[in-house]
Amino acid sequence: MKKSTFLVFTMPSFIMMTLFIALPLLIVLIQSFQFNQDVLETIERENCDPFGCKTETITVPVLDENGNKIKNNIWVGFQNYKNILKFQQLSSVISNDGFEWSKIRSIDFYKALRFTLTFTFITLPFVIILGLILALCVNVLINRLKGPIIFITLLPFIITPVIGALSIKWLFIGDGILTLFLENILDKDIALFSQGWTIEILMLFYRVWHTIPFAFVIFYAGLQTVDKEKIEAAFVDGANRLQRLRFIIIPHIMPLIVFVALIHLMDSYRVFDEIVGFSASGFRISLQWMTYDFLRIDDSGTRSIGRASATSVLTMIGIIIILIPVLRRTFKEQKEKRL
Amino acid sequence: MESKLFNLTTPLKIIVSITIITWCIIALFPFLWIVVMSIKLPVDSFASNPLKVIIGPSTKEQVGGLSFVNFIFLFLSIYLFYKLYQIRKILFDLINPILKFSLITFFILFILYITISFILFFLIQNNLSEFVNILFSNLEFLKIFSYPIIGFTPQHYLSVWVGNEFYKQFLNTMIVTGGVVTISLTVGTLAGYGLARSNSMIAFWLLIFALIFRALPHSVLVTGYLEPFINYGLYGKKIAVIVLLVAINQPFTIWMLRSFFMNIPQDLDEAAQIDGCNPFQAFWKVVMPLMWPGVITTGLFSFLLAYNDYLVAALLLDGQSQTMVPAIMQYFNMETKMTDLVESIAAAASITAPLFLLVMFFQKQIVSGLTQGAVKG
Repeated sequence: MKKSTFLVFTMPSFIMMTLFIALPLLIVLIQSFQFNQDVLETIERENCDPFGCKTETITVPVLDENGNKIKNNIWVGFQNYKNILKFQQLSSVISNDGFEWSKIRSIDFYKALRFTLTFTFITLPFVIILGLILALCVNVLINRLKGPIIFITLLPFIITPVIGALSIKWLFIGDGILTLFLENILDKDIALFSQGWTIEILMLFYRVWHTIPFAFVIFYAGLQTVDKEKIEAAFVDGANRLQRLRFIIIPHIMPLIVFVALIHLMDSYRVFDEIVGFSASGFRISLQWMTYDFLRIDDSGTRSIGRASATSVLTMIGIIIILIPVLRRTFKEQKEKRL
Repeated sequence: MESKLFNLTTPLKIIVSITIITWCIIALFPFLWIVVMSIKLPVDSFASNPLKVIIGPSTKEQVGGLSFVNFIFLFLSIYLFYKLYQIRKILFDLINPILKFSLITFFILFILYITISFILFFLIQNNLSEFVNILFSNLEFLKIFSYPIIGFTPQHYLSVWVGNEFYKQFLNTMIVTGGVVTISLTVGTLAGYGLARSNSMIAFWLLIFALIFRALPHSVLVTGYLEPFINYGLYGKKIAVIVLLVAINQPFTIWMLRSFFMNIPQDLDEAAQIDGCNPFQAFWKVVMPLMWPGVITTGLFSFLLAYNDYLVAALLLDGQSQTMVPAIMQYFNMETKMTDLVESIAAAASITAPLFLLVMFFQKQIVSGLTQGAVKG
């Protein structure tokens, strides 16, 4: 294809991505060094009551023609980052009490970081192993059953995440059916939504439930392309089922495992819907939830855009660090394909 | 040898069956349970005995329920719908030659099925079983079949959709998803084609950047544009959400469409160009007719992204312009009585229903879409 034709075809998408992805990134970076402040002015006002008039000076926000507060952005350097990372508090905690996790966790950012990372890396092996087991099982089923089972399997994947989380929450909330079931087994009172770690386990469970179908579909497709002759040869050589799985099937679908891991890392790092669905924000928060919370109007009627931007930047740095090994690999692969 | 190799031993068969049955229960149970809860009075929905939740004695007493007759009619209509579902391909081949545009045929067929299921379940099945129930209850020897077995009340659904005017949120969601799908596909198809047919360095870097953008948390993009949107009066407008969701979706769209385009041999468009087409004619008249399955698949994923979005809509829309998912969360957080809670469960169940139909009709496309990116890389 000629270069000019290529440019014409890709131009709309390119403009779209520059304008709505690259440019916001730049804006976020700039905003993270700014503080959004009301423009104030001091005015004299006459205050009259039945006992006479008094003049007093008060400070009020300047309003524009529409009656909205005029705001301006002032540069504050790294202040927003400092407010989030709280190095001073961190170092004082560490120097006073040693490296005590419960104290560090009282700072929102580290709490969110801890949860986001645990969430991302604990769910990963579960999704891959359970997805693979399911794919292997469905693969040996008779053909008539495959369709309906794939249909059922896809349901947890396509359901709206917030609603899916809610529906699982309803099974456990108060005297929900599964809470009662657990209470029967363990023979004691259980309140799953009154402490952090139980909610965390439910959130992990939800994410695994939600992502298994994706891993399953990819692995199942991969299993269809395994070379049957190779398996037969291994069988003749006396390899048992487990050995065939380990030495033929797994190496064959290894690229797919890497792919699932990559997508899963990207998606679970931005964990957010679970926290909304399980109303977990009192106990567990994630990095993306922090940004969301700063962007909402707080009690004083303002949005902390500067802090939201600083959290965004830190979040992005995190995901880039996690993805560097995988991105490098993709980069090389794509480059080799081209050469 | 073949049979010996691929047949399973008995213990293995048992393990496989247990795994699959367990998974199916885990996958389906939450869905079934919210439906069961949503059709009961709050006393029963939150009863501590699961049997009470299923049977709903108080609901049965106060409102009534489904009798044996109802179940017969329900199963009959499900069976009928299943039969209609099975002939969807024949219907497709019947309508397609008239419209000559498979995307529109698909769409029309989908709407047709939704309408049919609505008429079948809510008008025919409902009224007919009501009629037979009354008929049976007046006959001494058939009376027993018209006694309610399981408590059932549609009141929560009614109060959500009619009382709380949930259809407004439904329309908002439809506008947002419609906009996102249309714009994503238009922009993405052009770019996907360009990227699939080019080996230049720009194409390479565009793809790598798209991959990095794919990893960005969605809140980052909202953070960048929230202030400008508020300042220029776009806050609360659906177009703001559409634009942001299209941008979020774009990296994924172009990767997926590119891999679909790469399946179409390049000789085709070269031949068309030798025959005198310009590149755009070759694209539109020769390549695109082969691309519709890919476009439908990518469209499905765009639909899911927009339909399932909470974050962007919750930050940029409010009140009357809100979409369904944040609206349900608002219900749920405002709950003061048990009835409100069951209403939000009913709302949740009703926004899941379209997704159910979607998987029924597009299972193949969803599977092919998921594997496309993985297998082709």
